[in-house]
This record gives sequence, structure tokens and C-alpha cells, in this order.
Amino acid sequence: MVSFPNLSVLIWLPIAAGIFVLLLGSEGERARRGKVVALVASILTFVLSLPLYSGFDIATADMQFVERISWIAAFEAYYHLGVDGISLPLILLTTFLTPLVVIAGWEVVKKRPSQYFAAFLFLEGLMIGVFASLDALLFYVFWEAMLVPMFIIIGVWGGERRIYATVKFFLYTFLGSVFMLVALIYLYLQAGTYGIEAFHQLPLTMREQILIFFAFLLAFAVKVPMWPVHTWLPDAHVEAPTGGSVILAAVLLKMGGYGFVRFSLPIAPDASQILASMMITLSLIAIIYIAFVALAQKDMKKLIAYSSIAHMGFVTLGFFVVFLIAENAMGGDGARLALQGGMVQMISHGLISGALFLCVGVMYDRLHSRQIDDYGGVVNTMPKFAVLMVFFALANAGLPGTSGFVGEFLVILGSFQASFWLAFLAGTTLILGAAYTLWLVKRVVFGDVGNEGVASLEDVGSREYFMLVVLAIAVLVLGVWPAPLLEVMEQTLGNLLEHVSQSKL
Amino acid sequence: MPDLIPAAAEIFLTTAICVVLLVDAFLEQRHRMMTFRLAMLALIGAALCSAFIVPEGSITILNEAFITDPASNILKLFSYLVVALVFLYSRDYLVRAGLFKGEFFILGLFGLLGVMVMISANSLLILYLGLELLSLSLYALVAFDRESGVAAESAMKYFVLGAIASGTMLYGISVLYGVTGTIGIDGLAEYFAASDALNLPALLGLAFVIVGVAFKFGAVPFHMWLPDVYQGSPTPVTLFVGTAPKIAAFALTWRLLVEGLGELHGSWQDMVIVLSVLSLAVGNVVAIAQTNLKRMLGYSTISHVGFILMGFVAGTEEGLQAAMFYTITYVLMAAAAFGMIIVLSRKGFEAENLEDFKGLNARNPWFALMMMMVMLSMAGVPPFVGFYAKLVVLSSVLDAGLVWLAVAGVMFAVVGAFYYVRIIWYMYFTEPKEAPGLQVPNDLRLVLSANVLGLLALGLFPGALLELCSRVLS
Repeated sequence: MVSFPNLSVLIWLPIAAGIFVLLLGSEGERARRGKVVALVASILTFVLSLPLYSGFDIATADMQFVERISWIAAFEAYYHLGVDGISLPLILLTTFLTPLVVIAGWEVVKKRPSQYFAAFLFLEGLMIGVFASLDALLFYVFWEAMLVPMFIIIGVWGGERRIYATVKFFLYTFLGSVFMLVALIYLYLQAGTYGIEAFHQLPLTMREQILIFFAFLLAFAVKVPMWPVHTWLPDAHVEAPTGGSVILAAVLLKMGGYGFVRFSLPIAPDASQILASMMITLSLIAIIYIAFVALAQKDMKKLIAYSSIAHMGFVTLGFFVVFLIAENAMGGDGARLALQGGMVQMISHGLISGALFLCVGVMYDRLHSRQIDDYGGVVNTMPKFAVLMVFFALANAGLPGTSGFVGEFLVILGSFQASFWLAFLAGTTLILGAAYTLWLVKRVVFGDVGNEGVASLEDVGSREYFMLVVLAIAVLVLGVWPAPLLEVMEQTLGNLLEHVSQSKL
Repeated sequence: MPDLIPAAAEIFLTTAICVVLLVDAFLEQRHRMMTFRLAMLALIGAALCSAFIVPEGSITILNEAFITDPASNILKLFSYLVVALVFLYSRDYLVRAGLFKGEFFILGLFGLLGVMVMISANSLLILYLGLELLSLSLYALVAFDRESGVAAESAMKYFVLGAIASGTMLYGISVLYGVTGTIGIDGLAEYFAASDALNLPALLGLAFVIVGVAFKFGAVPFHMWLPDVYQGSPTPVTLFVGTAPKIAAFALTWRLLVEGLGELHGSWQDMVIVLSVLSLAVGNVVAIAQTNLKRMLGYSTISHVGFILMGFVAGTEEGLQAAMFYTITYVLMAAAAFGMIIVLSRKGFEAENLEDFKGLNARNPWFALMMMMVMLSMAGVPPFVGFYAKLVVLSSVLDAGLVWLAVAGVMFAVVGAFYYVRIIWYMYFTEPKEAPGLQVPNDLRLVLSANVLGLLALGLFPGALLELCSRVLS
């Protein structure tokens, strides 16, 4: 059956546009043209990604929009793409955020703008490739290739300590990934193909499963990032330019979570079962300890970065608490709730953290400072902005009615079926999260005008207003009516739960 | 009269070299470009011979001393390609540096002939003959810039150490001859296939032979010459030393260890593992401390040799194919990397320090992009071909059940990534120390771009080359 290659277009359109923008160069008029091309290409990609949603059949857990042609015959590797309920929302998140990132950098990026926008277009295509790949080798190629534009983005357009931050980012993630590569090759030698679906069906002994689980864990835990391999994130976030921070927080971190549900859980279900308590402990440390760390931050970006780690802790908690619930065998659908919660949390965190980084970017563009102490009373000079910032802060703290609430609530609800204390500890995040975000808002937005800099602030222009409002609407819609998102994931997650409940031994 | 058609390429090249040598002797300096053109024609002619005249299939001639098989033809074709690249990159540099002499091309072609003889050797004596032909050409090439004291010093080091290694190897060969009574590669294989008892004298010979192989590859702990030679030679010579001889080293290992002494795999496997791991460790770690790019690339070569040797460790067909794939792709990457240094160098200025790459993106974004792709390919980041080279080698090692070796390999690959990435950061994240602008002749720009985009294309579609390697070596 020959059909329109939706996914290929989504991957290669931005990359082709990126090459074009890169070749245009950054001189004079050409830079402006490059920007326009970047914006048009990213919006076009978003528009073209919508048919994925409208044409998605929610009644099946099978892969959809599948494309499969031979790629490297020697390895039985295929150019194999497809989406299911797990990858579809993440792809839409990517295509939705990239135009906003382009808009965010529109007037701000003065240094070699064409290279900046080209890097984001490359990144977009590669990220979609990661989510859409059904062939492990193809997945790995996209996964690693993605490091390069991000490395350049942080290194060229970042803050003062950008080189330290970006090299740390590169080496950390590279180190994590190469172990995954060894695991993937091992699986290939066992299965005779690089197909991810074939890996899912592959019987493995417990020892193999545990080793493979740890190899994957290194790769994914670094990306998520989980405590204690999270230290690259605050550095990378702080030094990255606004657009880089947004993509990093909103999409790159999700790749870790995606990896867990696409690889670790279904390929090594028995190892996941055994190691679930360890994973839950690490998640809880991220949720509670990192939340306290966030409280102590003086730098706005750093605070949001730590809050990201804490929120991503919920994602991993949701994914692994499933195994404890299954052990308790209390029945009910706690496992499904927790898994759904983790997924919703990923999408929601993508939107909210992206928005918060944009907010910080808006302020940074005006005063060139990220220090909380340099602000205060922003509401007096930037009322429109203040409303939006407060809204996103509340969403970050998990206010009911925003998407931030849905994910956390589902995970906590699911955790109750595992153990009361687990749910209780996870629940503390609602308090701690509220504490650090609201305190941030109090110090930055409210109060009297702190200094001359703040007094001279101008409120958001239409460009900034537009991007923040679009995000606010998305956060609100998902918070009030998450059903469309849950529907899409329903079958796939049900299938996954069934798969992990069967031992591979 | 034996049928010499299978050796057509070698015979043609020998004749061609004599012609070039004679013509060059009568040329005035202002007509020297003629030598370059003739040398290129000689390469094209040899390529045509290998591609069309040499019969397909595995044929031995001269009392089984000389062999052509599909793999040898492919290796030779790639050797012509890299030597052509070397000549193309070097011409402009040599003119600017006042080193544009016929000897460079003639010695280069002699070296190539040595490489070809080694590739086609089916007897230890022929193998040694090719090795010496190559080595002597290289010694002379390194000392080719008569004004340079450093070059003379490196040539001396190279010569003395190389002579010792050749002697060691020859001693090993003589021991093997004493034990088996044959110098034919096939004869060796038959002898060891027939006797399964532990043969101590043969192991002694084997150890000496491996020392020779390791030296030619530049594997640790026989690598001492390599960084000095890389740094001390004029860049075009470094380019030559760093490329074609690696194919020869692969051929040497393949003919000797795999074809001849394959039955002793159990005995040499451990030795090769040690060489491989040490090369990875020393190459990658010491490269970090370098400030001279040529020296850094020297250590990086050592680490890549570690990976190539890892392919031999498994002792399987897949492993050998992986080593061949790695060698070919590495040679193409190395050509591009040294080509970059040549591009950035000007009269009286060698762009051989890492500092010279600072802010290259501001001076010339295109070449910065090219260099970035080369470095990423060397670091093994997809979608560049260096990634697949590492992938096939790791696959073969894992297939042999040596998980720890694969893990060691990737660990050192991460260490190595640091110094490649450092070049990228110099080029992109820092500002240039001198005025922007970089004038590059069009032909050089074209060749370098084709070279690097070739690495990218091979990375996006590695299937064809992988298939080729597995077809010719099965």
C-alpha cells in the first residue's frame, strides 16, 4: 500500500529547510529571509503533523502511519517509521513548540541568526525521527545526531559559562548513549534484526534483562534526568539561550521517559519488576530532595531547571510504580492510571516548563539578568506579562484546571494502590512545588518596584504575547479536558501493561 | 611463461613510475606540474587495470607467491583513491611551501606500489618485500623537506625504529619458516591445520611477527614513532603516512594472521586484545593533552588502530569484514582531516595548532562545517560513517561473546569524543584571533567538500560499502 509518507515529511521537511537556511548565510537581507523560511517551515511542519492526530485510530494499539523500506541490508535494518499512542503526543508536542521557539528567537538572536534557526530546524526533524523510529538502529542514529545541534546551540548562543555547560551536556549524554548502543547490538545479535517490535517479543534470561536494563537506564536516566545523574541539566539550562532551554526542557527530557516505555519496560519486563523499587526510590529522591534544592536557588532558570527534574521524577515514578501495583494485585486500574499519569505529565511539563523558560527569556531580553534579586514588582510595569507568568507558575505547582494537575493527580492516585506512604511522599510535591514556584513569583512579580531596571521595563510586545497566550491556552485546555490526550494513549498503554505483565523468562 | 595478467596493475604502475621518473628528470621547475599530471594519470591507469584487466575470482601466480582476489582488488582501488586524494590536497601546499618536487609524487607512487604488493602477497617473502618498499619510501618522504631539522629527526627515528621492527618481523618469519618449512601463506595455513599440538617454536615466531604488525599499525606499545612522525613531517607527507599505509597494515594483518596463521587464532587473540585495549587507552587519553593538531591526530590514529585490531580479535568473517570497513572509512576520514590542515595553512604558516582553528566558523562557515563533520565522524557520532565503522566492530566483538571488550571500546570512544569536540568548540564557540576571511583555491575546496560529503553520504547509506566488504571477504 502506497500512502502519503506523513512521518518522513515531518522528519525531512525541517531538515531540508535547515540546510537551505544554513546555505543562505547570515549576511544582511539573507538573514531575514532565513528567519522567514524557518518560521514557514516550522509552521508547515506543525500543520502537516495535524493529520496524524485526525487520522489516528484510537481503537487499536498497533503502529500507524507505518513506513518501512530496506535501509542497511547487511544488518537487517529498516527505515521503519510509525506512531502509536505513546509517540504521537510527543511528536505533536515537538511540532507545536518549534514554531514558538522560532518566534521567541525572532528579534533576539543577533549573532549568526541563520545558523541559529537552522540548528532548531535540524533539531526538530531529528527529534521527530527519534519518536517515530521503529528500528533501533535508526532510533539510535536520530538519538545521537540530535546531540550535535543542541551542542552547537548551547555553545554558540549560550551564556558566560556556555562552553563548560555544553561540553558537560555532550559528554554526559554521549556516555549514557554508548551503553545503550552496546545493549542494542546485543539485542540485534539475539533477534537477528534491529526491529524494536521484534525486541519486545524476544525472550531473555534474567541476567541478560538486568544488564540490558542497566545499559538502557544509563542512557535514559541521563536524559530524563534522574537523580544522581542530573547535574548536567541545571548547567545546560542556565547557559542555553531561551530557545535552547525550551526545547531542552520540553522535548529532549521527554526522550528519556519515552525510552523507558518504548525500550526498558517492554524489553526487560522482569528486570523492571525486580528493580522497580530502586527506580521508585530514585524518583522519590528527585521529587523531594530536588524540590528542596529548587527552593534554594537564586537564579530563575536554575530554579525552573530543578523543578523540571522534580517533575520528571513523577514521570519515572508513574512508569515504575506500575510494577508495585501489579505485585499488590489489588485489582482496579491503578497501574493504568499511573502510566497515563506519567505520559500526561510528560506532555504537560513540556508545555509548562517551556512556557516558564520563555517567561524568563522575556525578562532576560530586557534586563540581561536571570537573578531573582534583580527583579521584584514586575507586575507594576508589565501587567500583561505578570498575569501569564503567574498562570504558568500556578500550573507548574499543579493547580487544578491546568494540565500540571492532571498528570500529578493521576500518578498519585495510582500510587495509592501501591502503598499509602508512597503516595504520601509523592504528594508532598504539591506542597513543595507550590512553595518554590509561588515564592519565585512573589519575589519576581509582586511587591514594589525593586530597582530602576524593573521600573524601565516595557510590557510584552505582540510577538511575545502571542507565544505565551498560545501556550496558556494549551495548558488550560489539557487541564480542563484531557480526554482527547488520554483517548489517544488508552489502547497503547493498555497493550503495554499487558505486555509487561507477562514474564519473558 | 607464466600468465602475469593478474599482476597487471602492479606491472603497469611500475612501468608508469619509471616513465614519470624519467620525464621528471628532464623537466624544468616551471613545468613541474607535468609530473603531478603524469602521476595522476598513472593512478587512473592502475585503477583501470584493477577494475577491468585483472580477472575476477581468486587466482594465484608465480608459484603461489602472488594472489589477486576480490578483496585485494577493492583494497587496491581504495588505495588509488586515497593516494589521488593525497596528491590533490598536497599540490597546492607544496607549491606554496616551495617543496614542489617530483620526488614527492614518485616516492608516493613507490609507496603505493609497496601497498599493492602487500595486499596481493601470498608468501611471507613477497609480503616482506612490499613492506620494505613501502617503508623505505615513507622514510625518504618524511625527510623530504631538506631544510627542516624536525623532519630529519622524525625520519631518523622512524627509520631506526622501523628497521628494528622489520628485523623483528623478519626474524619471526624465519622462525615460522624453520618450523613449517614453507613461506607460502597457504602452506602455513595447511601446516597449522594439520597439526593441533601446541607448537612452542611457532608461537615464538608468531610473537615476533605480531610485534612487526603492531609496529606498522602503530599499536601501543609499539607506537612511539607515530606521533613524532606525524608532527615532524610536512603536512602532505603526514597525510600520506596517515592514510595509504593503514590499508597496507590491514592487508598485512589479514594475510599473515588471518589467512596464514588463522589456525593459531586462539594463541594470538589475547595478544591482539592487549594491543587493542592499550591502543584505545593510550591513544585516547594522551590525545587530550595535545596542543598540536597533527600530533593529536597521531594519537587519535592510535586509538582508531585499537578499533581496527578489535575487529581482528573475534577471528570471524564478520570481524574481518568489520576491520576492513573500519580501515577504509578511517583512511577517508584521515584524508579529510589532514586535508583541512592543508587548506588552512598558508605560505610560511602551518595551521597545525589547535589554536589555529579558533573562530573558524566566523572566518569561513563552510570549512568549519566540513571540519565539524570530520571530527564527528571520527568521534563515531551518527549519521557519519565513523559511527557505522564502530558499530560493525562492536557487533563482531559482541558476537564473539567479549562483552567487556565492547564496553571498554565504547568507554574509550567517549573519552575520545572529548578532544574531537574540543576542535568543534574552538571553531564555533570562540572568536578568531586574526582577521576573518580565508582564501582557498577552488580545486582544493571542491576536493575537500567531496571528501567530507562522501563521509556523510556513506553514513546515510552505509549499506553498499558494508555489502561490498562482506561480499569480497566471504
